[in-house]
Amino acid sequence: MADAAVPAREGGGAPGDAGPGTDASDSKAAGDQPRGPGAGALLGWLFLLPALVVLAVLVAYPIVWSLVRSLYGADGWSDFTGLHNYKELFTDDDTFTALKNNLIWVLVVPAVVTALGLVFAVLTERVRFATAFKLILFMPMAVSMLAAGIIFRLVYDHDPDKGVANAVVVGVHDAFSEGAPYPGARPRGNAGFDAAGGGFVTKAATPAGGTALLPLVALTADKVPSDAQPAPLAPPAPGAGVSGVVWLDFSPGNAGTPGQVDRGEKGLPGVKIEAVRGGHTVGSATTRADGSFTLPASATKGGPVQLRLAESNFATSFGGYDWLGPSLITPAIIGAYVWMWAGFAMVLIAAGLAAIPRDALEAARVDGATEWQVFRRVTVPLLAPVLAVVMVTLVINVLKVFDLVYIVSLGSSQKEANVLALQMYLASFGGGNNQGLGSAIGIVLFLLVLPAMLFNIRRFRRENR
Amino acid sequence: MSATVTAPTEPTDGPEVSDGGIKRGLASRIVARTGGGLVSVGLVLVALFWLMPTFGLLVSSLRDPKEMDGSGWWKVFSSPGQLTWDNYDSLLSNDDMMRAFFNTIWITVPSTVLVILIGSFAAYAFAWLEFPGRDWLFLVVVGLLVVPVQVALIPIAKLYGDTHLFGTITGVVLFHVAFGLPFAVFLLRNYFAGIPRDLLEAARMDGGTDLTIFFRVVLPLGLPAIASLAIFQFLWVWNDMLVALIYADTDSAPLTVALQSQSRAFGSNIEVLAPGAFLSLIVPLMVFFAFQRYFVQGVMAGAVK
Repeated sequence: MADAAVPAREGGGAPGDAGPGTDASDSKAAGDQPRGPGAGALLGWLFLLPALVVLAVLVAYPIVWSLVRSLYGADGWSDFTGLHNYKELFTDDDTFTALKNNLIWVLVVPAVVTALGLVFAVLTERVRFATAFKLILFMPMAVSMLAAGIIFRLVYDHDPDKGVANAVVVGVHDAFSEGAPYPGARPRGNAGFDAAGGGFVTKAATPAGGTALLPLVALTADKVPSDAQPAPLAPPAPGAGVSGVVWLDFSPGNAGTPGQVDRGEKGLPGVKIEAVRGGHTVGSATTRADGSFTLPASATKGGPVQLRLAESNFATSFGGYDWLGPSLITPAIIGAYVWMWAGFAMVLIAAGLAAIPRDALEAARVDGATEWQVFRRVTVPLLAPVLAVVMVTLVINVLKVFDLVYIVSLGSSQKEANVLALQMYLASFGGGNNQGLGSAIGIVLFLLVLPAMLFNIRRFRRENR
Repeated sequence: MSATVTAPTEPTDGPEVSDGGIKRGLASRIVARTGGGLVSVGLVLVALFWLMPTFGLLVSSLRDPKEMDGSGWWKVFSSPGQLTWDNYDSLLSNDDMMRAFFNTIWITVPSTVLVILIGSFAAYAFAWLEFPGRDWLFLVVVGLLVVPVQVALIPIAKLYGDTHLFGTITGVVLFHVAFGLPFAVFLLRNYFAGIPRDLLEAARMDGGTDLTIFFRVVLPLGLPAIASLAIFQFLWVWNDMLVALIYADTDSAPLTVALQSQSRAFGSNIEVLAPGAFLSLIVPLMVFFAFQRYFVQGVMAGAVK
């Protein structure tokens, strides 16, 4: 409360533009004003006048105007179309996408942000640097959606050498899976292979004791490892298994015979060969430095096998996700939004947590409740009103989201990222020039926040009873 | 209720922090320590994660544009020689950007002052003056808190067209005042209503009129709430893009609008965008760090806006 934080400064507080009458009324005798605080209807309306005029002209009147305008078409007042604009909301592709995306936003963002805020608020109670942590997480609230948009376009840049998101994704990916040794390579066209899910399988089955020649092409010489040995002219002895050679079937100057190992052609080490029978992998081998391999007898025990060159040998290197592309754009923008708002949820919930009587928690602990039970059965129910306020605030703000979507999706996937507030702008100002549809979208947004408005009014009346 | 706004960022000194005095079993102390350690490490990682995007923008704004094409900002860790003030030099000598920066100030300051002035008059009336219809009128104001600007964009554009306010700073300011007012009235009324009646009665006894009471008692006592409102409104207007995008023209456009027109050609001009975006966010950040207590109070009191 005001509690003496700022004591009343007698005579010092009046700004220069105090308005007429301030000083004059000072000199009046005390008896001239026979009323207590709060008398005088006229004075009340005078104090209210500026605010009422502004609100009436720039807020109330526009709502009514938009409501009426939404019943007319793009051509203006001569073009009465009834509810057509509202129908178009659900039938027009762009607007419907916007509606659908708004629904996703409203379903995902408040829940995620509130959950994160709750977790952070509870955890920060246990560390010394709680204040610093809250400051850091709350900071994005002070940043404009535009700046956040620019920040996250940088983060989401597709090139892993520029965007930190893809740099991390590619880094993690490469740490856990080695890159394919021969990206883009494929068997020679007439060598008897079927393509199988990015890899290749021989058409013919090789029996025990058989050999196979697996010629690869479409590989530049610099992709051949420096430790590769010339391929043996004949495969090694298969024994009871299967042997073969994988090599780059290409001699400089086209001197060699396609499908045959020619002198000087290099073997390809490190290719993974799998023996397949009836759809099951029954054995595998990796080629040696000269490209030769031998599958053990166990692979062919049950009969002839087909040889598969797995996809992992040829996959082109992973370049990260296309965050700003059509399919990921909405989750990407939502990520940026969560970044902005998690601190808000955390600070509000932390304030709510601080107001929970410690006795209630201690009593539960004394009764033998685990920390999780205390959290689930005591803390969360006591926090419910705060959580509701956070959720409602987020729903309202999420419905109105515009800048962030506009900036992040600019020039890439605006159609896919569309939301109502953006579509409203595009339809009425950004080239669409259909103020009827724009008004209808405005009215729909207004209707969507009405429940929140009622929630506010009810909360206010309850707290002031 | 929200007249009593508590400062929420006060550090909570949990009992586990001060383990000096209390004697506890070794096992439970180890559990508390390691558990707390894990939580600490986790939260530090989260904090770094949260800082990284902004840090990336800052570093990008300080890099030589030639280096920026094709290598990430984190490369400065291995070669700090890339850092340069050049981008900021050219930003400060870019007339369009500088005009936009000052437009932002010319839009933000009057919007904030007007909202405080008009709002506190109305808030005083709602809190301390009796007149018929007062309570339901205030409920209307509470209702207006959440009205989306989208519902007013088109009609006000028409209105501004008729009154030649379109494309002017005045038009942008008026819009921000209108849509800032419900929050202003709501916040201030709740705070003013919490001022002890005795203080007002005493001023009345000393011969104060409503105007003197308003200026000499209510405004000074209401300063914390006014500070919250000022910061909140300042940030709201400073950070706005949509309103200015529609109502400002090239000469009156604020920084946000100037930057969004730059970002249409993204990629080629990151050396303008990155420092520009940083310029546009450093002012709110300074306000935030300087007055974060009031800012947090404003956000808390106005949650649901």
